[in-house]
Amino acid sequence: MSITQERTNSIIGTRMLRREDPALLTGEAKFTNDLVIPGALHLAVLRSPYAHARIKSINVSDALAMPGVVAVYTGKDLRDAWAAPMPCAWPVTPDMKNPAHFPLALDKVCYVGDGVVAVLANSETESRDALDAIDVAYEPLQAITDLEVALSDKTIIHEDLGTNKSYTWNLKVEATEGAVDEAFKNAAFSVSERYIQQRLIPMAMEPRAVVAVPQPFGGDITLYSATQVPHILKVMTAITLGIPEHQLRVVAPSVGGGFGSKLDVYAEELLCVALSRKHGAPVRWVEERSENTQATIHGRGQIQNIELAADKDGKLTAVRVRLIGDMGAYLQLVTPGVPLLGAFLYAGVYDLPVAYDFSCTSVFTTMTPTDAYRGAGRPEATYAIEVAMDALARKMNIDPYELRKRNYIKKEQFPYTAFSGLTYDSGDHLAAAEKAMGHADYAAVRKKQATQNVAGARKRLGIGMTSYFEMCGLAPSRVLASLNYGAGGWESATVRVLPTSKVQVVTGTSPHGQGHETSWAMIAAEKLGVAPEDVDVLHSDTAIAPLGLDTYGSRSLAVGGVAIAGACDKVIDKARLIAAHQLECAAEDLEFAQGTFSVKGSPDKAVPLAAIAFAAFTAHNLPDGVEPNLEAQYTHDPKNFSWPFGAHICIVEIDTETGKVDVLKYIAVDDCGIQINPLIVEGQVHGGVVQGLAQALYEEAVYDTDGNLKTTNLAEYLVPAACDVPPITTDFTVTPSPTNQLGVKGVGEAGTIGAASTVMNAVIDALSGLGVTKLDMPASPNNVWKAIQAAQGGK
Amino acid sequence: MIPAAFEYKRAGSAEEAINLIGQFGDEAKFLAGGHSLIPLMKLRLAQPTMLVDIGRVKDLSYIKDAGDHIAIGALTRHMDVEKSPVLSQHVPLLAHAAGYVGDAQVRHRGTIGGSIAHADPAGDIPATTLALGATYVVQGPKGRREIAAKDFYKGFLESALAADEMLVEIKVPKMNGAGWSFQKFNRRAVDWAIVGVAAWRNNGDSGVALVNMGSTPVLASAVSSALAKGASVADAAAHAADDAEPQADLNASVEYRTHLAKVLVRRALEQASK
Repeated sequence: MSITQERTNSIIGTRMLRREDPALLTGEAKFTNDLVIPGALHLAVLRSPYAHARIKSINVSDALAMPGVVAVYTGKDLRDAWAAPMPCAWPVTPDMKNPAHFPLALDKVCYVGDGVVAVLANSETESRDALDAIDVAYEPLQAITDLEVALSDKTIIHEDLGTNKSYTWNLKVEATEGAVDEAFKNAAFSVSERYIQQRLIPMAMEPRAVVAVPQPFGGDITLYSATQVPHILKVMTAITLGIPEHQLRVVAPSVGGGFGSKLDVYAEELLCVALSRKHGAPVRWVEERSENTQATIHGRGQIQNIELAADKDGKLTAVRVRLIGDMGAYLQLVTPGVPLLGAFLYAGVYDLPVAYDFSCTSVFTTMTPTDAYRGAGRPEATYAIEVAMDALARKMNIDPYELRKRNYIKKEQFPYTAFSGLTYDSGDHLAAAEKAMGHADYAAVRKKQATQNVAGARKRLGIGMTSYFEMCGLAPSRVLASLNYGAGGWESATVRVLPTSKVQVVTGTSPHGQGHETSWAMIAAEKLGVAPEDVDVLHSDTAIAPLGLDTYGSRSLAVGGVAIAGACDKVIDKARLIAAHQLECAAEDLEFAQGTFSVKGSPDKAVPLAAIAFAAFTAHNLPDGVEPNLEAQYTHDPKNFSWPFGAHICIVEIDTETGKVDVLKYIAVDDCGIQINPLIVEGQVHGGVVQGLAQALYEEAVYDTDGNLKTTNLAEYLVPAACDVPPITTDFTVTPSPTNQLGVKGVGEAGTIGAASTVMNAVIDALSGLGVTKLDMPASPNNVWKAIQAAQGGK
Repeated sequence: MIPAAFEYKRAGSAEEAINLIGQFGDEAKFLAGGHSLIPLMKLRLAQPTMLVDIGRVKDLSYIKDAGDHIAIGALTRHMDVEKSPVLSQHVPLLAHAAGYVGDAQVRHRGTIGGSIAHADPAGDIPATTLALGATYVVQGPKGRREIAAKDFYKGFLESALAADEMLVEIKVPKMNGAGWSFQKFNRRAVDWAIVGVAAWRNNGDSGVALVNMGSTPVLASAVSSALAKGASVADAAAHAADDAEPQADLNASVEYRTHLAKVLVRRALEQASK
């Protein structure tokens, strides 16, 4: 036990290499499409080439005659296979409009990529070839890609709904009625800004893949899927297909990224299950990359109008926000809720009086459905308030950092009850910002900028910042109830000490790149005083981990990790009873440290956890009333969201002749509370920053006016590669969360939440001397050049 | 990402390849490095029924000093062009430009001949060899013939190559110490150029060609004429787009592309004039 003793109390906070990586990096890890399933039929889906059209007729006879083709199904052929339409778990208002959405379209197609016909064939190639032989006659209808045109209801996409509007959701909070209007009337300064959150394609490295394997007898079925949410998928598949839930097992093998795009229940998952039951044979499907850009959800897609009112010192007095949310053609699993996740954050990190008026109206368009994408609502909110703060600073002609300092919620105000009634449990925004400013050498950059950005300068320097709060760790179940979310926010863990004292941790979280196996082993090792390599982490299989709510919303550590700590506590409590029995002392006289129970004051009277585990297994001599085996299950329902925060700074140089933005330096100071593994935390920040920076400078899902997606491959949809990413300086402050025993917060989305506004503030800062004070994302060279031309009057 | 069905034959020599292509007619395609053709086939934008793989025709991969020019075998990989000491000495513009093609993996597979025969106006190599006044040697059933680069490019992905002809060699005149510049403007390092410029200058002579400024690689003759008449770099660069018919795409409007061509030609000439 000497090794264990040296490590005790030093596991959490160490930079352990990820145990997942050797298998991932050598290609040994098995993804869904790597699974070898003898006798599987291959599904291919014929998709609509029209954004909006009526299906007049479908002729599948040529396809049926092709070699290897087993069956061909239209939407009408399969209508009876569905006990319910595809699920939306978040009816945000009682009157929300939700069109019936089936895995294959029935009479109409509503976006390019909408599934129309399913082919089953003996090989992937044969299934793909058969698609070319299907003849569908369409009557094209008007495409709708503009949110404001959609709202006009001139063309209605889902006729039975009578409108393209899905819902309007309001959050108006005023100390006294009329407080917001009053604040704007009395404002010394105000700004009114309009921002576009362009559509983004999540572009997980692994596209989606599904295999459904039926059991020959009894009707049980196993669904393998590249999903973030095996548990949710199991419940929803059971409901949608009318399968008894206990007969369905969902497994997520190695999953290559999701960013929210695999937080869903998709047509192909339901098709594979339904058709495998129909044919009594396994059915598999793998998504092509271009198919992924259309058949997997998109992210963002909002028009944001934000108004800030401030007093003569720039202190915010009211915030008013009007959003239009782009739902796309249908509501997927949590589509309508995404804007709501940001609804509480449009005042950012600032000490706003109770004068807040938020309203979001969401509309259907004839584009791929949107849904949660890394940050989900919170990057949008942070972008709006942070870019608007810079606009306000320009209007007041003061430094944007100075304006923020006048408005920060101060350290001593925490825990802080916000205008919304939410409690921000901890934070120190000034400390994070000061640290970031130190890395940036802010004063020196401003000085250099004054010299460099003279009239006619070919290269202009800009510096921008963001202070953010992230509302994550989804979520207290009661709060979710108040938002009409269709599930709780708890997470479950089982911790089991095996007879030989090795440990199994069973978690309901479902990693897809985050390194949970490493981090969860570290938590259990720390708690139980064992070596991390003696802890195995089991996950992502509903037969092994029956209870769970999966991985999204920066929740896994703050909810699932804390559940593991709670289960370890229960194991220790039980072990303490057995130890007391063996040592013939009272349980409360025992202390547990370094994996050993010892009698307080008599350290030589001790028994290691390993011995207790074996005793619990043999059950030869247990105290009365204590069950055999050393195992405990714990479900953690968080008391509050977790509130990570931070300050990001970006320095850019812009070539005014070409419009190209070069990011010279990016600084991210984040506070996610106690860090289990700083190596993983830094990796999350890096990845998150790159995704936010990508929104600011590179990525955009572009549709033409006929509703065709123009960015259907990685040459057209510009995901930055490693050589396009600037140096990123990461640093941290540590403000432990007071609401969970580990003091942890979330970090998965933090970088993304902070980055887009940081980069855009730097870009506008560089160009404001030329008269450019407004620029939509992405700040592509063409867009920057055009803005400069426009501001300079075409000179 | 599954291509339509096709037949595959591997040729051991240029003669065998041409013979095979002749047998199968218009539906057959040469496969060299595959970095242009295979993506088109996977998207089913190209559906040849026969691929004649010339990737193992060893005697077409070479870089030779041939006196007044350098002779480059059509199957020479971009990486070998980039790293060639002979080219670095005599045609540094081409060696340098080859280093901008795609990424390292592409440069290790893709070939100079494949890039030219594909005739993509957004390719770096077609415009660079055009600026350099290269001559392309092609071989058909009746033997070899030479086509000047300026006569080779006929339209978008269309060249003067007949269906049964194969590009076998690229003859590039030595630069004799001319100043040169290659400007590639793109958003990500691995992308095709939004606009690119290959330029050289030697006393009164110059060659300037544009990448992605029309349906073919574009020789900016107006720029060279202006320089020959003694125009300043800035004045000559104002003619950068005179010979071009740029198209709009996701990355650039026509106006922006035209503007970029002028800026990049000016920068290229400034560098080439040093």
